[in-house]
This record gives sequence, C-alpha cells and structure tokens, in this order.
Amino acid sequence: MTAAHVLACLALFMLAFVVRGHTQPMLSEDIEIGLSTDTVSITSDFSGANLTIFGALDNVDPLISSQGGYDIVVILEGPRQTLTVRKKTRVLGMWINTQSMIFRDVPASYSVAMTRPPQDITEISSYETLALRPRDVRLRPLDPSETSARIQEFSTALRARKEASGLYVERVGGVEFLSRSLFRATLRLAPNVPVGTHRARAFLFRKGVFVQDTSAPLSIRKAGFEQRVFAFAYQQSFIYGVLSALLAVVTGWAGRMIFRKD
Amino acid sequence: MGIYLPIAEMSVNMVILLAMGGAVGFLSGLFGVGGGFLITPLLIFYNIPPAIAVATGANQVVASSFSGALAHFKRGTLDLKLGTMLLAGGIVGASGGIYIFAYLRRLGQLDLIISLLYVAFLGSVGGLMLVESVNAIRRSRSGGSTSLRRPGQHNWIHRLPLKMRFRTSKLFVSVIPVLGLGAIIGLLASIMGVGGGFIMVPALIYLLKVPTNVVIGTSLFQIIFVAAFTTVVHATANHTVDVVLAFLLMVGGVAGAQYGAQIGQRLRGEQLRALLAALVIAVALRLAFELFVRPQSVYSLATGAGA
Repeated sequence: MTAAHVLACLALFMLAFVVRGHTQPMLSEDIEIGLSTDTVSITSDFSGANLTIFGALDNVDPLISSQGGYDIVVILEGPRQTLTVRKKTRVLGMWINTQSMIFRDVPASYSVAMTRPPQDITEISSYETLALRPRDVRLRPLDPSETSARIQEFSTALRARKEASGLYVERVGGVEFLSRSLFRATLRLAPNVPVGTHRARAFLFRKGVFVQDTSAPLSIRKAGFEQRVFAFAYQQSFIYGVLSALLAVVTGWAGRMIFRKD
Repeated sequence: MGIYLPIAEMSVNMVILLAMGGAVGFLSGLFGVGGGFLITPLLIFYNIPPAIAVATGANQVVASSFSGALAHFKRGTLDLKLGTMLLAGGIVGASGGIYIFAYLRRLGQLDLIISLLYVAFLGSVGGLMLVESVNAIRRSRSGGSTSLRRPGQHNWIHRLPLKMRFRTSKLFVSVIPVLGLGAIIGLLASIMGVGGGFIMVPALIYLLKVPTNVVIGTSLFQIIFVAAFTTVVHATANHTVDVVLAFLLMVGGVAGAQYGAQIGQRLRGEQLRALLAALVIAVALRLAFELFVRPQSVYSLATGAGA
C-alpha cells in the first residue's frame, strides 16, 4: 500500500466520521470486536492460554461514558455438540449409571468475561432473555417429551459438571476499558478446551439496557505434530494401530538393550 | 512439564506419566507381569477417560512384555509351543472382547464393568495367591518342600482328550484347557486393557501345573501378541489409543522393568508371589472403594448420544 493510498483511506475515514457525527448526532452506539488471530493452534506444550479480544465502541456518549454507564459482556462459545448426562444411583450398594438424558446443541465450552459484577450491569431477567451467563445457556433435550422436572435436574447437573471441569466460566473484570471507546476482553482457554469453531460475542449495555451485540468466529485446532497424529489415528486407524504396537516393540527392545542388567 | 495428548485431547504432566510408567515397570519386572492391571487404574485415577486408559494401557503392555519376554527367551525359560497355543485362543477371545467393549461403551456401563471385572478378578486371584504363598512360606520355614509341582498328582484337566506334548514345560496335557485359558485371557485383555499375566501366571501354575520357571516367560510371550492385537483393534474400531501417552508410559516402563527384574532374581518365588498378591489385593480394594462409596458427583457427561 502506497503512502498516497493510506492517506486517501484516512481521508475517507475522517470524512465518514465527520458526516455521521454531524448529520445524525443521536445515533445509537455501535460495538465492534477484532480478534488478533482467527485461529488458535494447540501444540504439544499447550496447557491452557489467555485469549485477548479487542473491541471498540462507536458513537459513545461522553457523558454516559464518564459516569461509567457502559458495560460490556464478552462470551467465547465452543462448538455445539450432542451430550449425554448420566446419573448414578445406588444399586445393590454400588453406584451405577441408571438414568440419562441426551441434550442437543450444547456449547462444549462457555467462557464469559464482563466489566463489572453481573448484578451491577443489568437485570437478572435480561441475562436470561439474552442467554448470556453459563446458567442461562439454553439446553434442549433430544427427546421433547421429557418432563420439565427431569429437564431441570439434568440441565442443572450438566452446567455444574461443565463448571467443575473449567469449561463453563464467568470472569468478572475480564473486560476493561482502555479508553472511552476502546476495550479489551481477556478470556481463559482451559487446558481441555474443545477443538473446533468457537464464536466470540460481545454485548453492549448502556445504563443497564442492552444496546447491541456483535460476533466473530474463532477456530481452535490442533497444530503440527498433534494434528498429524490425530488425523492419522482417525483416517488410517489400522495402520496407526499397527505402528503403535510396533513402536511398543521397538521401545521394549531398546529399553532392554540400554538398561539390561544381566 | 505439560504435554498435550492428541487423542485424549487434554494437557497432562509429562513427569508424572514417566514416573507412573517407571513405578509400574519396576513392579512388572519384579513380578514378571505386564503391569497392565496397574497402569489402567492409575490412568483412570489420573482422569484419563477409561476407554482411552484401557486401549493405551494395552499398547504399553506390548512394550513391557516384549522387553521381559526377550530376557526369558535368552535364558531358555520360554515355552514357544505352549505360548503359541495360548495365543491362538487369546486372539479369538480378544476379538470377542473388542465387540463387548464397544457395546458397553455405547450403553454407558463401560466404566462399571471395567471396575467390576477388576475388583472380581484382582480380588479373587490376589486372595488365592496370598493364601497359597503364605502357606508355602510357612512350609519352607518348617523345612518342607516349596515346590508346587508334585509328580503323579493329577486333576480333572489332565483327563481331557486331544493331548499334546510341550517339551520345554515337560508337560503332556489336553489342548482344550490351553486354548480356553488363552481365550479367557484374551477377552479380559481387550475389555480391561491388561495383558492378563496376573491371571495367566497362577492359572498356568495351579491348573496346568507348568513349572514355575517357564511360566513367566511363556505368559509374557503370549501377552505381547494379545496386547498388540488388542492395540490394533482398539485403534481401528474405537480410536482410543493415544500413542503419545503410551510412549511416555513405555519409556518409563522399560527402564523400571530392568531394575525390577534384577531385584526379582534375589527374592524367593513364594515371597514374590506373596508380595504380588498383596499388591493385587490393594488395587482391588481401591477400586471396590470407588464403586461402593458415594461419588463426588452422581452425574457425569459423555459426548455423543449414548442411551
């Protein structure tokens, strides 16, 4: 890009800004997010990571901003999958899986970051309407004839297990304003983060009222050696198995050569 | 030091896994067993999904049993003919086991069956071995013979037809119990991720009356192939072999095994059997405890739509 080109772009941008600012002064706020990368690679030394998402607000009202009236909730939602929840009960003194419920389109992970404690941002009911927090994630059983009491029991259990494994998390203060219109969200990727296409979503609130949201996709995938092993294990599983067994034979033989004591 | 396992899809501590492999390898070298019955429960305690623990355990057993069998082959304490017959039965049993494994996994009862089998087999085998070896230790203290083999003593097994001569074992016995034993071991191997040495060794000694010095080598020989077969089939049918995990365990395992074998040669047979029995019972108790004590959460999650 030449210098002239850059200047031209800049001029256009300024012009757009000025025109918008002048002709429609009461435009509502706009939220944009940008991911520094659209792919996170998991390599052999991966043990969880922090994902930083930058974002900007347009048409910020300086008065509301100086009062701290803007709040942002950023969500990173994992790929959706079918999930079975099983329940153990006591049979003959032993704890055995006896009941289960299958849910469809369950986010494999759900990580939420927000500017302030949830009750300070907006009403509990608007979290529910927007399905923002892990506890509000909508869970639908595969079998629609399930009773609501059972759905309630198993969906609560599902969320609790996801929270216990660190896949459903909520981080107050995970979103910080860098300036009046720039913000940064830091989300934690767990060591067992599911691979696949995740979606980052950002929700803007002004004085407790939801204004706008935006989203961007993020692909999390295994890279390098891990990816090759995984692909090999699934695509040529027989050869993979044979090679695994041969590796064991070679290791056993080498170990004997190196360590033998007799 | 963390390392990401490509099939288990989780990050684990490399040092812990190497140490785990080393400790199990030491014990397997000491007692002449593959160590699968220790490695699979240990992996499950370390939060590796049971299906992956079983299949990967089988893979690591290949390494430890190959290493051990080599030593016995050089010493001439390996009956190739008996091992091959056991193996023939083993392959049949293992094939059946793989289907049962996949079926139980779909049913959501795999973990339960694995635990139950472990408790039942480890508990009974360990108990029998403990009684026998303690008696043998008592006899040797009072100056009697400690040999398990008393010529002229025959049980019902020796009256079965289709007899075959096994020279190295100095044995003339029907192939039916040999094939049957191999099949049972193969079945358990594929469901439990074990080589089956802890069942094979006492069965060869007590049921078939194979001389003790040949038993371990022969058992290890057949375990190599049954475990290798199990590994290949699990990899093909269930995609549950994590080669990175298996390799870490193997490296620790083969190193530990050589030291274990060295120490094992200094101990007396009945002392070794008593120690192995105690270890087996300890693992069984630990698993039984899990089964009967209320779990931290009665709920568990599994991806996909199991019943």
